[in-house]
Amino acid sequence: MSDAVITRPVRVPSRSFGRRLRDWVANPWGKPRFLVLVTWVYVISSIAPVIIAIQFSFNDGRSLTAWQGFGGARWYWGDPVNSVWHDPALQHSLFQSLKLAGLDMAIATPLGVMLALGLARWRGRLASASNFLMLFPLVTPEIVMGVSLSLAFLNVFTFIEPSTTAQMLGHVTFSLSYVVVIVRGRLFSIGRQYEEAAADLGATPWETLRLVLLPLLMPAIFSSLMIVFAISIDDFVISQWLSCGADCDTIPIRIYSATRAAPLPSINALASIMVYFTLGAIGISYLVYRLMTRGEKPARGGARSMVSEMGAFDV
Amino acid sequence: MREHSGIYPRGLWQAFALPGVVWLLLLFLVPFYAVIGVAFGGVDPIFLIPVPAWNPLDWNADSVVQTLRGFLPGGDYWAVFLRTTLYVAIALALCLLIGYPVAYYISRHAKRTKSVLLALLVLPFWVSYLMRMLAWVNLFAPSGYVNDFLAWSHILPDPPDWLNGNPVSVILALVYGYIPYLILPLLAALDRIDKSLLEAARDLGASPFRAFLHVTLPLSMTGVLGASVIIALPMFGDYYTPNIISGSPTTSMLGNQIDLFFHGGPQPAIGASLTLILSLFLAVLMTYYMHSVARATREVRDE
Repeated sequence: MSDAVITRPVRVPSRSFGRRLRDWVANPWGKPRFLVLVTWVYVISSIAPVIIAIQFSFNDGRSLTAWQGFGGARWYWGDPVNSVWHDPALQHSLFQSLKLAGLDMAIATPLGVMLALGLARWRGRLASASNFLMLFPLVTPEIVMGVSLSLAFLNVFTFIEPSTTAQMLGHVTFSLSYVVVIVRGRLFSIGRQYEEAAADLGATPWETLRLVLLPLLMPAIFSSLMIVFAISIDDFVISQWLSCGADCDTIPIRIYSATRAAPLPSINALASIMVYFTLGAIGISYLVYRLMTRGEKPARGGARSMVSEMGAFDV
Repeated sequence: MREHSGIYPRGLWQAFALPGVVWLLLLFLVPFYAVIGVAFGGVDPIFLIPVPAWNPLDWNADSVVQTLRGFLPGGDYWAVFLRTTLYVAIALALCLLIGYPVAYYISRHAKRTKSVLLALLVLPFWVSYLMRMLAWVNLFAPSGYVNDFLAWSHILPDPPDWLNGNPVSVILALVYGYIPYLILPLLAALDRIDKSLLEAARDLGASPFRAFLHVTLPLSMTGVLGASVIIALPMFGDYYTPNIISGSPTTSMLGNQIDLFFHGGPQPAIGASLTLILSLFLAVLMTYYMHSVARATREVRDE
C-alpha cells in the first residue's frame, strides 16, 4: 500500500503520521474516519478468531487456549492416536462431509439449472406457484426443514431411513434454490438475442440449447457448483436431523458434539481442513470464473458480480 | 417483446421445470404436511409413537392447543418465547448498528481498498458457522485469550464465566455468527442507490448529514428490511448457538425447545406443534421477503 503511495506523483504535501494522528484525535468524526475505524475493526474482529483457531490446530500441546509452541502437523496426521487422520471418528466425518458435498453438487446443480431455465421462461399461474415454492427453502429456518424432513422420512417415505441417503436428499432440497437463483440471474443478464440469432441462422432447438445457451450459462453453473459445495459442507442442522448416528457424522456435527466436551486441537485441525477446502474451492472458482467471463463487460463479469452471484442475495 | 415460442418446442420449459418442481413437492411440501399431520395426530397408546392424522377431518387439536396455551403469559413456553424474541431483537439491532456503517463505508467511500474489503467481508461466508463458533469458544474459554487480555489490562481483573449460561455471550455470538449475512445484502442495496440523487441533494444545499438522512437512509430502508429478515429468520430457529456457547437452560431459545422434544423427550406431537407455531409466527417475515424477491425478479426479467 505505502509503495503505491510513494511511486505515484505526490501533489498534496504529505503530512507526518504524528500530525495525522493528532488530527484524528482532535476530530474523529471528520470525513469518514469514524467509518474507516468501524469497518476495519469489524473486518479484523470477524476474521481474527478463525485465524486464532487455525493457529491452535498447530499447537504442540493439548491445550486450545494456551499456545505451547508450533507442533507442525501433529493434530493433522502426526499424532498416531488423536490426529484427524488416525482418529477413525474424525477421519470418517471428513469423508462423510466430502461425500455429501459431492453428491449434492452432482444432483442439485443439473436439477437446479433445469429448474432455473424452466421457471425463467415458463409463464402462467402454475409457473408463478412453482416459483413461489422454489423460494420457500431459501427463507425457511433450517430447523423447520430438519424437523419436517425427519418426520416425513419417519411417517411418509418410510422406506428411507435416517442415513446418508436421507442426508443427501435433505442437502439437495435446500441447495436447489440457490442454484436456481444464481443461474436465473445469469439467464436474465444474457438475454435472448444469442439464441434468436442461432435460431435465425438455422440451428435446431437442441443445437441452440447445447451450443449457445449452455456455454453462456457455464460461469453461473460453475458458481453454483461452488456454492452448493460450500453450503453443503457448512450444513449442520439438516445433517444432524437426518443423521443415522456416528456413521453419519459430518465435520460440523463432530465440531458441535466436541466443543462442549474438552476437545483436543485435532477438532481445530478438522475444522481448519474444512476452511482450507473451501478457500481452495473459491480460489479455483475465482480463476475459472475469470477465465470463463473473459472479454465480457467488467460490470457483468468482474469479481463483483461473482461476489453477488455467490452471495445469492442480489437477485 | 416478441413471443419466443418459435425457437423452442411447446412445453419444453415445463418439461425442464418438472423434475425440480416434483422434487420440491415431495421433499419440501409433503414433509411440511407431515409436520401438520403429526402435530394434529394422536399417540399410539402402547408404543408411544406418534400416529399422524393425514385427513383434516381426523385432526385432533389437543397438542396444538396445549402448546399454544404454553405461549400465554405464565405458560411453559412464555419465558422461552420472550427470551428468543429479546435475543433476536438485541442481536439484530447490534448487527445493524455495526453492519450499516460498514456497508455504507464500503459502498460510498472505500476506493482503493474496496476489493480487499469485499474479499474480507465474503470470507466469513466461506468459513463454516460451526467453525466460527468453535473459534469463539476457544477465545472465551476461562483461560482463553479474551480473559487473559481482560485480566492483564485490568479492565476486568476477575473476568466472568462466558460459556455457562451467560446471555451476553449468546447474544454476541449470534451477532458474530449472522452479521456477514446482513452486510452483503445491505451493501448491494446501498450500491443500487442512484448517486445522482445524492448529488442533487448536495447541490440544493443539504449538508452531508442531511443528505444522508433524507436521501440515502430512506432509499436504503428496503435493503435494511430485507437484510434484517434474512438474518432474523435463521436466528429465530437457532438452537446450536445457545447450545455451544452456553448449554444452559437459562439461555435456551425456541429452537432448543423443539430440539429437546425430538432428541430428548418422547413427545414429537408437541415438538411438531412447536415447529408449526414457529413457522406460522415467521410466515409474516417469510412472505415479506419472498414478495420482495419476486418483485425484484420481475423487474429484472421485464426490463
